This record gives sequence, C-alpha cells and structure tokens, in this order.
Amino acid sequence: MRESLLALLAKEPAHGYELKQALEHTFGPAYPQPNIGQIYVTLGRLEKTGLIRGQDVSQSSRPNKRVYEITDAGREELAAWFEKPTEGPRVRDEFFLKLILAPGTGGADRLALINKQRRHYLNTMRGLSRLAAEGRDNRVSQLLIEGAMLHLQADLDWLERCQEELE
Amino acid sequence: MSSTAGASDPVRGPERPRFPRIPRPRLPRARTPRPESSAPSATPATPGAGPHGEAVLRVRGLVRTHRSEGSAVRALDGVDLDVDRGEFVAVMGPSGAGKSTLLHLLGGLDRPDGGQIWLEGRRVDGLSEARWALLRRRSVGIVFQFSNLVSTMTVADNVELPALLAGASARQARTRREELLGELGLADKARAVAAGLSGGEQQRVALARALVNEPGLLLADEPTGSLDSRSTRDVLRLLTRFHEQGRTIVLVTHDARVAATAERVVSLFDGRVADDAAVESAPRGRRTTLADVLELKG
Repeated sequence: MRESLLALLAKEPAHGYELKQALEHTFGPAYPQPNIGQIYVTLGRLEKTGLIRGQDVSQSSRPNKRVYEITDAGREELAAWFEKPTEGPRVRDEFFLKLILAPGTGGADRLALINKQRRHYLNTMRGLSRLAAEGRDNRVSQLLIEGAMLHLQADLDWLERCQEELE
Repeated sequence: MSSTAGASDPVRGPERPRFPRIPRPRLPRARTPRPESSAPSATPATPGAGPHGEAVLRVRGLVRTHRSEGSAVRALDGVDLDVDRGEFVAVMGPSGAGKSTLLHLLGGLDRPDGGQIWLEGRRVDGLSEARWALLRRRSVGIVFQFSNLVSTMTVADNVELPALLAGASARQARTRREELLGELGLADKARAVAAGLSGGEQQRVALARALVNEPGLLLADEPTGSLDSRSTRDVLRLLTRFHEQGRTIVLVTHDARVAATAERVVSLFDGRVADDAAVESAPRGRRTTLADVLELKG
C-alpha cells in the first residue's frame, strides 16, 4: 500500500479518496477493493516520515480535504523500491508443516491433508476462472488473475510431488 | 466424400444402414485377451456420484495392466466411477496415474483386463471393435490433444463426415455443421482446408466433429494440451457452454485451470481414485481466499 500510494502521488498530488479511486481504476475489478481507512492511515504515516507533504484545502460546502504531494525523500524511497528486485512467492509453508508433522499425531493422515488442500486450490481456481470470465475487457485484471492461477497450478503440481514422494 | 453408402462394419446397428468407418486417430491399441468379468468382489458406491441422477457411465473395478519386456505395470488398479447425465467431470493426476488409460477404456479404444463398464445402462466392456465403432459414432464423442482432422478436407467436410457416416442426410449434416461452427465461432472457416487452420481453430473443429452426432457422452483427453492460453480459454468456454446445455463431459487433464471448469474432479493416483470431489467457486469479497490470492502485497 505504501509504495502504491507513493507511486500514484509521484504522478500528481491527490487526496485520499482520489487515491482510492485511482487504485481501483488502475488495477481493475479483480483487485480487492482498497479500504479507505487503511489509505488514510498509510497517508498519515507517510507524512509523518516526510515522504509526502499534506495541505488542507477548503471546500465551500464540505469539510476541508487534505491534498498530498510527494517529497524528494519520497521520490528517493520510490526509486529504491523500483530498484530492488522483488522476492518470489514462498512455498505454502504452513501446509508443508502440517504435511510433515501429521504422521503419528493421530490428528490427520497425509492423503487426507493432500486431498483437502487440493480441493481448496481447485475451488480457488474455479473462483478465479469465474472472475476472469466476468472482467474480460480489463487487461490488468486478467493479468493479475492469470498470475494467481499460474501460482495455484504450481501449488497443485507440488502437491502431486508431495503425494508421490510421501505416499 | 459426402456419398458414403458402402459396407465395412460387420455389425450393424438395429435401425441404421451400413457405412464405412470413421477415420480414427491412430492410438495404441491393446492386444490383450478378451476381458474376463473378474472385478474385485466389492463394488461400493462411488463417492461423489449424484444419488438421484441417471448414470450415463458406470465403471466398476476397472483394471488395465500394460506389459512390456517382461514387466507389468498396473495402469488402472480397480477404478470405480459413476457419471450422471449432465455432469462435467475432470480426471486429474500426475502423469502415469492412469488418466489417459481410463479415458481410452471409456471410449473403447483400449480394452480392460478386468472390471465392467456400462454406458447408458448397457454393458460395453466386452464389445467388439466393430460395435465400439458404432458406439463412438452415435453415443460417445472423443476429442484428443491433437485434433486429428483429415488435413486435406475442408472444415465443413471434417465436421459433416461423422454425421453422414451415422446415417444423417446431407441436409441434416449440413444444418448441424452450420449450427456447430456458428457456435464455435468458425462459420467463416467452413470452406477452409483443415490443415490451414491454427491449432486452436483445429481443436474447435475437432470439438464440432465430436459433437455433430449429439453424443450422450463427450470424452476429452487433454483437449487443451497443445494450445496457447487464449485458445485454451476458447475451448474451455465452449466445453462450459456445452455442459450448460446439459451434455455429459468427462475430461482428462493435468492442467488445474482446465479441471476447475468442471463441476467435479476425480483425482487418480497410481491407477486408483485418490479423491472425488465437487468443485465450488471460492467465495469472493474482501476477506476471502480469493481476495487473499489476488492481494498485491507491496
């Protein structure tokens, strides 16, 4: 959220609600709607650390709104963010813990765990397919969903490997 | 190729004239003894099967062993499966789990070493090749990973041929072909030669060919296995639409995106059914799995 807001403010100054709208517009319907409260809290923190600067603008018939602009420090922070390679996704380590620790506990057997996890992934995959079918005209959304699907496919492949090795 | 009177099938259907065989893709065919009815003793109810539906397909204790150079591999090791009318079932599993073997047995392209298969209430596992050929013409449509079209024929002829072979009039065959190609977005390709189409288009034509006789059961073996993601989406959309029209589909795939289009997923592992479960869309909304999966952490 921090970096997203910095990136939007690097383009032009905006107030909180505009930023929420810009996020929704940029990422499309598949992206979970940003919470306005969270946006205001993040803006407050960014301002406190000097990465953005806020100014109250009075409005005739409504309460003042606070318009933010990015500072030089903010631009440096943003440049560092773009500079740094992004970590890849991690193995679903909680499931792996369950799988490895299950035998002998009397709590679950591995096949049941694998089946349960596979069903969960497939249901998620189906949900993503539905979502993809609805927003076919939004390319950013489609790419986001496709990425999520490819990750899920990898998770499912890995589940098969677990089954082959541990059965 | 449209006038097809002639005899070749030694066995004729009860009410239809004889026609030559449909060109079939070359598939490994088992040279095994006739199946014996030696299914495992118990035939328990299969989990996941609808309790009220009408079974299009019923499989009990299906066994298939591949033998090569003295060693025997059990490709299928006692599979039970019920598929009700209108169901869309995906069969998943790692390579070597027995997915394709199962599909080939269901389409009569291979013979089981044990167990029974009922299609529309009729026992079919012991049928002759000729009777299977008739069944595939009328009751079972099959699509493979590679479309196996007759490459020198036009799209229209490829689709119409099985209809003509099954005894449809030229006019009926044309009408059905036009409908299907229209639905598949290929109406303008009817006169094109099959070899000139893209892989995705060829696969859609193969789908039309498999559906032209309105089979009660559509079998699909990795139908998107050789397609790019856009063509995959097209084919999946079509399968979904055919399913919504009440058709019964059994699809084999290792691709979870494909499997998740089905409403039920059977997971094979080492020739057995490891899991059989309905697939439901994960709920949406802000605090759901779906939101969690799509959340961009920054």
